[in-house]
Amino acid sequence: MVREVSESCVDSLMTEMVACYCNRFYANKPELAARRIEAIGYQVGQQLSERYTMERPRFGDHLEAIKFICKDFWSEVFKKQIDNLKTNHRGTFVLQDNKFPWLARMSVDPSADNVSSVEDYSAPTAESKAAQAMSMHLYFPCGIIRGALSNLGIPCAVSADISSLPACTFIVRFGI
Amino acid sequence: MAPVAPRSGDAIFANIERVNAELFTLTYGAIVRQLLTDLEEVEEVNKQLDQMGYNIGIRLIDEFLAKSNVSRCVDFRETADVIAKVGFKMFLGVTASVTNWDAEGTCCSIVLEDNPLVDFVELPDNYQGLYYCNILSGVIRGALDMVSMKAEVTWLRDALRGDDVFELQVKLLKQVPEEYPYKDDE
Repeated sequence: MVREVSESCVDSLMTEMVACYCNRFYANKPELAARRIEAIGYQVGQQLSERYTMERPRFGDHLEAIKFICKDFWSEVFKKQIDNLKTNHRGTFVLQDNKFPWLARMSVDPSADNVSSVEDYSAPTAESKAAQAMSMHLYFPCGIIRGALSNLGIPCAVSADISSLPACTFIVRFGI
Repeated sequence: MAPVAPRSGDAIFANIERVNAELFTLTYGAIVRQLLTDLEEVEEVNKQLDQMGYNIGIRLIDEFLAKSNVSRCVDFRETADVIAKVGFKMFLGVTASVTNWDAEGTCCSIVLEDNPLVDFVELPDNYQGLYYCNILSGVIRGALDMVSMKAEVTWLRDALRGDDVFELQVKLLKQVPEEYPYKDDE
């Protein structure tokens, strides 16, 4: 039987790791915090893909590797598969998770209206702060994907887009 | 001592949302590695891990109280028992035992034989001063803090440093009386 821990262990560890780097170590340098968080994810991705591919034959091409990430890898980590995979056939893949678990319990103020209100200057800052906090959390899964693929011999760049929450899309670019 | 509420976290753990422990273990490992790179000093890493644990503990206690159905513990002995039998089981899926009580009942050891944090872990020689699992002591300290108990948690034995088990000494420093009524408006 596979060893399991409560989901909140992973959640709180991740939240605290992001808080630690963003608020304590690099409070005024989000780009440095982002790099560290991504590096942690990268490490985890490498090790996980190493384990999950232990008994598999080598992947023939990039598409096969990406499919592995979308199906098997995602299922192991998130107990679900990526919902939609698109590609432009020129090295860019878009992986969409319609309800990305790590963002499911995160709250942002979705009302864009109060941003435009004239007297309330605090609203946009609060909102952009929430957006920034959220994007900080995404460096971790981006790192995981990049680490997993690079361990399969595919160097790439990974970014995330959350313009349609709770869906989250990861953009993977090869040949960098 | 009258037995209260659940004496083990088995049922709670069975019903809670769970994830593959590998993700947890490897993520923790990657965090420790990154901290070692960034902070350089092992002592400083110990401190940060403890701080992270504390911050987690002060929030985890809410989930613990909400899901465990544990009622107020009559004394520190019961508290320690609940941490070991219910707390560890409910979150990490393992059970710890409580031993080495002092005469006053304010200091004991929580012994952990099976620890998911250290699967795949080996400490290199140059990091022997590292308390790899220091996050755990922080979690316990933070959680106790939120139920008005100031405690000191230290490692007595560490399997990564050659001991046979993990042993945490939990020492109750003082119980802070709750103040009523709460003054929310101040």
